[in-house]
Amino acid sequence: MITDNRRTFSKLLVIAVAMFGFGFALVPFYKKICEVTGINDLQKADVVENTQVDTSRTLVLELDANTRNELPWKFRAMESSVRVHPGQLVQVMFEVRNDSDAAVTGQAIPSYGPQVAGQYFRKLDCFCFSTQELKAREVRRMPVVFVIHPDLPKDVNTVTLSYTFFRVEGTRTGAVPTAGRPPV
Amino acid sequence: MEAVHGHDHAHDHDHHHPTGVTRWLTTTNHKDIGTMYLWFSFAMFISGGLLALGIRAELFQPGLQLWRPEFFNQLTTMHGLMMVFGAIMPAFVGFANWQIPLMIGASDMAFARMNNFSFWLLPPAALLLMASFLVPGGATGAGWTLYAPLSVQQGMGMDLAIFAIHIMGASSIMGSINIITTILNMRAPGMTLMKMPLFVWTWLITAYLLIAVMPVLAGAVTMLLTDRHFGTNFFNAAGGGDPVLYQHVFWFFGHPEVYIMILPAFGIVSQIIPAFARKPLFGYSSMVYATASIAILSFIVWAHHMFVTGMPAAGQLFFMYATMLIAVPTGVKVFNWVATMWKGSMTFETPMLFSVGFLFVFTMGGFTGLILAVTPVDIQLQDTYYVVAHFHYVLVAGSLFALFAGTYFWLPKWTGNMYSETLGKLHFWCSMIFFNITFFVMHFLGLAGMPRRIPDYSQQFADFNMIASIGAFGFGLSQLIFLAAVVKCIRGGEKAPANPWEGADTLEWTHLPSPAPYHSFETPPVVK
Repeated sequence: MITDNRRTFSKLLVIAVAMFGFGFALVPFYKKICEVTGINDLQKADVVENTQVDTSRTLVLELDANTRNELPWKFRAMESSVRVHPGQLVQVMFEVRNDSDAAVTGQAIPSYGPQVAGQYFRKLDCFCFSTQELKAREVRRMPVVFVIHPDLPKDVNTVTLSYTFFRVEGTRTGAVPTAGRPPV
Repeated sequence: MEAVHGHDHAHDHDHHHPTGVTRWLTTTNHKDIGTMYLWFSFAMFISGGLLALGIRAELFQPGLQLWRPEFFNQLTTMHGLMMVFGAIMPAFVGFANWQIPLMIGASDMAFARMNNFSFWLLPPAALLLMASFLVPGGATGAGWTLYAPLSVQQGMGMDLAIFAIHIMGASSIMGSINIITTILNMRAPGMTLMKMPLFVWTWLITAYLLIAVMPVLAGAVTMLLTDRHFGTNFFNAAGGGDPVLYQHVFWFFGHPEVYIMILPAFGIVSQIIPAFARKPLFGYSSMVYATASIAILSFIVWAHHMFVTGMPAAGQLFFMYATMLIAVPTGVKVFNWVATMWKGSMTFETPMLFSVGFLFVFTMGGFTGLILAVTPVDIQLQDTYYVVAHFHYVLVAGSLFALFAGTYFWLPKWTGNMYSETLGKLHFWCSMIFFNITFFVMHFLGLAGMPRRIPDYSQQFADFNMIASIGAFGFGLSQLIFLAAVVKCIRGGEKAPANPWEGADTLEWTHLPSPAPYHSFETPPVVK
């Protein structure tokens, strides 16, 4: 019976250790699922079908820029707000300046107000699609090109597009940031 | 069935027991360890209960009276952690230690020294949790789920909680390995798997669940720890991680965990109801299969805790239907208990009162669970008091009432004395009434939109909150009756016969005297 018990013990211990590993295996698994299904993928340009510009509606698009994690950067939108029509191809510019004497890499993460507006943004190009490495004292102007889909709910008249730059730690440069709502 | 013959065993093995503290520190006897588990969990139940009273005292009136909001968050968090990991889970392990060897006719647990170790891991873990109130920044206030990113940012109280969870997890895993090995290898001759008492069956399945998911929780909190101190970015969006990932990993553990806390309760109730209805369980094998189905389904429903994280509709539908599916085996169980009572010659001693009470109130909790499973409803009710009401109906009225039922049921076997029926019944009625005063009104609060984990609320919630707070203090005080009943029973009382319950037919009643001798079933009984 003692050997039986030892054998059962070993088998059960293997399950426990394997499940500890499984917990960590969920990390790449999760990333893969998000990648395959396109959920949460902030770094891919959207495909824009030809939409009619709805000139009957005018939206106020407010632009907002922030930095986090003691990132020594000055980050601002070139205009604080623009007026756009749904379906219209829009380009807005942001400017970022590295105030430190060393090269720093950052990644911008978008967020939308109201949150529901996020899924109507179709971005053709964005500086948030990749990490940005700024040399010491470098200044860079970067565009965002997008269309706001005309299906945007009628009660939304003001949309805020906000970017926050996070410092990317040296070890994980080029990592895929996945945060916030799926922008679709 | 054989006549009671336990007495002759008791004397054969009376070689030098250490006495005093050393006895308890070094004991490898399943009964001693079971007793320690039960007292430990009772101490944690009282501690966690005091924290709950702190919460209810603050919520007695709108506005901030007693605590700073940060401290309020610490109260809710630590109440949850202590009750889940300190009170409910160890209490069931205590029952397993006492009862499984007695019910399957084994002399002790398979790994007696490891059994001692898995118990003695718990007090240091509890100490870490409690000490975390004293460190700078206080205990963790991230909620018992310890969601990132909040849990990545908080002070060292969070680290203490992480270590406590690691230790308790290790203890649970060792306990489960012990239980499974005991059940699989040490059953008395003739006791096939399908002849095992249901309490043993439910624990076998629970132990497998524990082995499967406690390591995943250990992994989740390890990731939190490395995110906090070692520069990894599992959950840190700034470094390429994702806080939603934490929720997935946590609830992969967390949902089976809720069944870990309820399946042994099903087992206890399945022993008690047939005993007091004086009828065998209506459908034994369907109960076994229902338990197994619940356990398997519990692995594919975790994301119903995350309906508001922006999941695609396909995901929401899958998790909604899978969750509703669990109502089927659970329904099998509830109907089984009802059918067992049907036309039985029932008497309502305290264990039966708690079991029938369990059946009523747990079923209500089950139904609110079904309502919460519906995605659009859940999105409305997420993080409101409706959810608080739901899980207290299944955890307090489910797990805790079953634990009370089991305690009264087996106290005569454990102590050799009958408990005071008057105190028991008083405990039941006070608990039942105050429980409902506390938690029933929370359904209304939640439906009206009162969010959980907030120390203040708007005026329209004032009346129901006052009622709930009064109920909570009443419920807390009622537990002193339980303490009194247990202490009185240990100290003396009417001597219990070997089988004080007419309808109980498991080995501990039919083959052992009361109290069960220190060493029992040295020669295994033969089960026909």
